[in-house]
Amino acid sequence: MGHQVNNSVAQPKAQSPSGAVMVLFCLAAIWLAPLPGLAQEGEQGARVRVLANDAEADERVPIEGVRVLVLDRDQTIVGEGVTDAEGTVEIAVSVPSVYRVEIDVATIPEGISLRDPEDIAREVNVQAGRFAQAVFQLVVGEGGGGGPVAGGISLRRVLQLSTEGVKLGLFLAMAAIGLSLIFGTTGLVNFAHAELVTWGMLVAYFFNVLGFSGLFGETAPWILGNGVDFFTSTLLAMVLGGALGWAADAGIFAPLRRRGTGLIAQMVVTIGLGILIRYIFLYVFGGTGRFFRSYPGQQTIRLGLVEVTPKDLFAMGVAILALVGVGMILQLTRVGRAMRAVSDNRDLAASSGIDVQRVIRWVWVAGAALAALGGVLLGQSDVIRWDVGSNVLLLMFAGVTLGGLGTAYGALVGCLLVGLGIQLSTLFVASELRSVGALLLMAVILLIRPQGILGRRVRIG
Amino acid sequence: MNWNSIFQQAISQAFGLNAVVFAMATIGLNVHFGYTGLLNFGHIGFVAMGGYGVGMAITTFGLNPYLGLLVGIIYALLFALILGVPTLRLRGDYLAIVTIAASEVFRIVVRSTTLAPLTGGNTGITAFAAPFYELNPFTERLYSFGPFFYTGPNLFMITIGWPLVILVTLGIWQLMRSPWGRVVKAIREDEDAARALGKNAYWYKLQSLMLGGAIGGLAGILLAIGNSTVQPDYFVPVQTFFLWAALILGGVGRIWSPIVGSMLFWALLTITDGVMRGLQSTGAIPSWLMDGPQVGQVRFMLVGLGLALLMVYRPQGIFGSRQEMMLDAR
Repeated sequence: MGHQVNNSVAQPKAQSPSGAVMVLFCLAAIWLAPLPGLAQEGEQGARVRVLANDAEADERVPIEGVRVLVLDRDQTIVGEGVTDAEGTVEIAVSVPSVYRVEIDVATIPEGISLRDPEDIAREVNVQAGRFAQAVFQLVVGEGGGGGPVAGGISLRRVLQLSTEGVKLGLFLAMAAIGLSLIFGTTGLVNFAHAELVTWGMLVAYFFNVLGFSGLFGETAPWILGNGVDFFTSTLLAMVLGGALGWAADAGIFAPLRRRGTGLIAQMVVTIGLGILIRYIFLYVFGGTGRFFRSYPGQQTIRLGLVEVTPKDLFAMGVAILALVGVGMILQLTRVGRAMRAVSDNRDLAASSGIDVQRVIRWVWVAGAALAALGGVLLGQSDVIRWDVGSNVLLLMFAGVTLGGLGTAYGALVGCLLVGLGIQLSTLFVASELRSVGALLLMAVILLIRPQGILGRRVRIG
Repeated sequence: MNWNSIFQQAISQAFGLNAVVFAMATIGLNVHFGYTGLLNFGHIGFVAMGGYGVGMAITTFGLNPYLGLLVGIIYALLFALILGVPTLRLRGDYLAIVTIAASEVFRIVVRSTTLAPLTGGNTGITAFAAPFYELNPFTERLYSFGPFFYTGPNLFMITIGWPLVILVTLGIWQLMRSPWGRVVKAIREDEDAARALGKNAYWYKLQSLMLGGAIGGLAGILLAIGNSTVQPDYFVPVQTFFLWAALILGGVGRIWSPIVGSMLFWALLTITDGVMRGLQSTGAIPSWLMDGPQVGQVRFMLVGLGLALLMVYRPQGIFGSRQEMMLDAR
């Protein structure tokens, strides 16, 4: 009994009642993986084909003996196999989710080369009981294009990773501005901010994919019956995100401030609420990763040396527009000025006639709506899961601390740095370690400039 | 529903290995937060250090097992030093963010395939505990007496763990009555005042972080040997908040509260689990509403909710007093 209880704590992400069973299951999947053709009813995994174009003979030849790895979202290898005479390998995985399939470049036979030296991985969405397909196309002879050397630091790779870094940074900033503003106006470090991000992506998923018919059955008499387009669902997510922010302040944190509950006690309350909400998400949404109905698996387009999908380009545009909008509101409008004033000096703001509690309420609403938008953007570029928010929470903290706690523009600068740092660090370290660099960067910045890049010394106390 | 068996399990859990580990870890957390006022949100990182220290010392470095115990403590001390030196000059919430980040960094690094030859990657380290179990007098598979029900190895660790917990508790009790303890408590109450009296607050805080961290490491050693394995995914951030829940349940800044809080925490978890599973089996909770795995998820929800409610309505826990423990950073 002791072990059983212990295990279910030890593996909070596990879907099965006993962690031990899960572990055994994973081990079994790894054992089975190298044996192709074992795919049975009820199993799921990836079916990978490796082919090579022979330009002279004008045919595709299957490539045997290439090692294929399957990695989970933590970049941990969960399965591997070697292609057979058909150039095919089936690798079973225990849990349906999104996986990354990589081919081992060292095992590609001589005389065969990659068409694109960096094109060694595919994302596959493995659904229960099915084998997701992934095809790698190589060429007989030398690789085409004469591109930069594989693996090393090339201008092209740096540019590509910088683009991804800016993308991640913009999405993080979107999500983290509310965190910084709430800290600035109330002094509260909101650990439940992660759940506001997840809430946004889940609400958008609900409207985009299920609609009310998903909740009430096909007879749902509403106009939103069977799911709506991506933009409407994003708007609805922002509205409902703002509503959750309003409810959190009106229902919980405003009363706590009135009671005089200390900031640290409030912080522990946000941690408790965060855990509560996160596991409600898991309870309702399940543990699998999902995708929006609109724009799945887009082809990338080429901009100069960089490859990017149109939807990511569009999402980056949306993020920049929203951030500019936030900046304009903060600089030009009355409520924006009031927010900055409260953030600057609460007592002085109150004595000059600003209704501080009302401003704080607005900060919660706006911050939560932006967090929801950030969640939608993160979800469309990667995957929608119950724990995406808590997975990026520390990165948001790192960005906000880097930029200077409590400053809106600092959050933007810091998150861009974190995004760039994460992606560019993969030039030097394995990608499973990439967020480590960002967190270490935060520690270093705290050491030499504790108030952050845009923060002022006075905030450190 | 079989209330008898639920309570039997609850009592077994309250004295079981999980409660021992929690009690030990929570004593360390109590030194940090309860006595010194340090906001340590990455305490599970110290526990991980202890576990990985002993595991790596024996399997990776091939040291003497008893030297391995020492390595576990040294790991935790080094972790405290690395964390404390840059952050203890900053305000409390910075320490909170950095500690939680550091514990995550450690978990990500040890579970990476890059370091797998040293740390076992995502499967962790096993097969290091055998030398300790050579001393185990409880050779049968299962032991049951009164309401208690343990496996032999578990019973071994429990009989070593609880006296150790009490020993450490008594040590902390004496320490907190000493001049050192009074300075540390003064820092908790008003750091500026302590500094004005000529005390080097930074140095005292660092000592406290290292002391509490070493106790956390000791908890990790108990955990690692008790389970005969260290697995990276045990040390997720949410575990830290389980420890916080146990500490606050007992009462922050009180000498016996880690022990009582941990026992109560595990008893309560076991009872709610048992009740939910019982209601499921009788059909009172229909299966469309809650299936097997979801019981485990409800447990997390309850801990989260409990933590928030305790903090709002009874921040002093069972034993604490509001005068002693104003949970606020000023």
